[in-house]
Amino acid sequence: MASMRIVVWVVEGTWQGCIDAAVEHFPADSRFTLLHVTPSDVTEAADAAAAGLFGRGFPGRKPDRRYDDVADDEASKLLAAAAVRLGHPDVDLVSRRGRVEREVIRAVADGVDVLVVARDGDHSRLGPKSLGHATRFVVDHAPCAVMLVWPDETPGIESIPPPKHGPPPLPPRPHHHRD
Amino acid sequence: MPGPVAETLAVVLLVATLGCAIVRPRGLPEAVVAVPAAGLLLVLGILPLGQAGTEARSLGPTIGFLAAVLVLANLCDHHGLFQAAGSWMAAGSRGRPVSLLALVFAAASLVTAVLSLDATVVLLTPVVFATVARLRLRAKPHVYACTHLANSASLLLPVSNLTNLLAFGASGLSFARFGATMALPWVAAIGVEWLVLRRFFAGDLVGRGDTHEVTPLPVPVFATVVVALTLAGFFVTSAFNVSPAFAALAGAVVLAVPAVASRRVSVRDVALSADVPFLAFVLALGLIVEATSLHGLGSVVAHLVPGGSGLGSLLVIAVVAAVLANVINNLPAALLLLPAVGGAGAGPVLAVLIGVNTGPNLTYVGSLATLLWRRVLMRHGQELPISEFLRLGALTVPPVLVTATVALWISLRLVG
Repeated sequence: MASMRIVVWVVEGTWQGCIDAAVEHFPADSRFTLLHVTPSDVTEAADAAAAGLFGRGFPGRKPDRRYDDVADDEASKLLAAAAVRLGHPDVDLVSRRGRVEREVIRAVADGVDVLVVARDGDHSRLGPKSLGHATRFVVDHAPCAVMLVWPDETPGIESIPPPKHGPPPLPPRPHHHRD
Repeated sequence: MPGPVAETLAVVLLVATLGCAIVRPRGLPEAVVAVPAAGLLLVLGILPLGQAGTEARSLGPTIGFLAAVLVLANLCDHHGLFQAAGSWMAAGSRGRPVSLLALVFAAASLVTAVLSLDATVVLLTPVVFATVARLRLRAKPHVYACTHLANSASLLLPVSNLTNLLAFGASGLSFARFGATMALPWVAAIGVEWLVLRRFFAGDLVGRGDTHEVTPLPVPVFATVVVALTLAGFFVTSAFNVSPAFAALAGAVVLAVPAVASRRVSVRDVALSADVPFLAFVLALGLIVEATSLHGLGSVVAHLVPGGSGLGSLLVIAVVAAVLANVINNLPAALLLLPAVGGAGAGPVLAVLIGVNTGPNLTYVGSLATLLWRRVLMRHGQELPISEFLRLGALTVPPVLVTATVALWISLRLVG
């Protein structure tokens, strides 16, 4: 059997969980790609705020590095750290910039077996919101299998909320019929 | 010249001035169109010389004040204040994204209040961006916090926003009274921003930052002390009826001397940071708006805003100001509205500021057709990825406007 092609989507704050899941679940002869996407809306928001000042911007100041360049640099370092954590000889590092969800789909459009994705942050309210906008889009549109991992601890099933309509859960009843 | 013709010409010149200020063809300063446009209005008699003189005399001290604050903020950067702030935020957060966001809120609110929104946008935001990236956390909540607070947290002091400086003269308030009255609205606006952003970005405030490379830089004691003394100087000078611009100027000189002596900055850099072409632009823009106001637009605007300073009036004024700021950008909006409410006391003037300062978060960069649709998508030739920005604006601006205005109404009764 040909080796599997695995893409791990590396996102700040949750990447460690994805890498660990990839190490744990896929055979050692898999071909790994670590993918990072810099969201263009963040650099754009920062650039645009400066443009909104009507072009004033401390002209005597030495021009600093552009937001995009800083982001590219840090993305390379993050991917390198992720590769070290993966500890696999056969790994490609891919850094992209743009609309995150679309860039991720583009990166897995061709011949990828599994995309490894982490859930997003807010674990106080599990449910649809534990997938952010970009992650939701990727899960919905990825043309391959998606492995969805918890970035930190996996919650127990007691985290499932009681039914919204109906009486409070106590005292427990075996069946709940509508009148 | 008949009124309608004069008005039309003045409005055309205003639009051309603002358009060129945004597009800045060949990177020329905004003043290149604004100053000749103002000159033309004077030559044609559309703006009488006497009127222009009065306007210039009232704008002059404001412009001097702005120049001094810009120089001061720039020198703080040369003294390493912003870099140090970045390292403290990184270390203080211990890599926790919510703690980091709280520290970014504190830094952006303070920098905006004391050194103006320009300092937050140009000097602090790049530091925050680099800090978050180095911690390997998601940048979005923190960068959006900076861009939002540059506007919402610019309510506190006359120096926080150019619009405040313009209103400061009109309000008849002392520096201390201005700050005392706006303290509650300032806190209210920041509080609402925190509640909304914390929830809106809950999914992105995730993980634990990598603090291995983080070492808090030493406090640039000299710069910090000078800024604190300058801030105190604003209140003291104003109490003695001296323009607080002199305090800003003194602070800038004291910071400049060692920086120039140790060759960290050249005299030319210091002079450039006063941004003289921009100051000329503000003066010319003030004259052009005065001309449009004189020939009809002023009375139209005066009809838009109610008299009185009851809660209802203040809310209407703030909303009108916010809408106008989004249509024509906040600087011209303030120039148009302030004369219309100037006679009605401090309350309406400060309500205008709540509108023109916090309103621009609604439509991305304070609009003017969204800064000419971001210079006709100059950079990428593609759609702008701003849907999230617009959603966040729609969620924050209405509650910020209402809460800050109610806070102002309360404040006027307590301090007033």
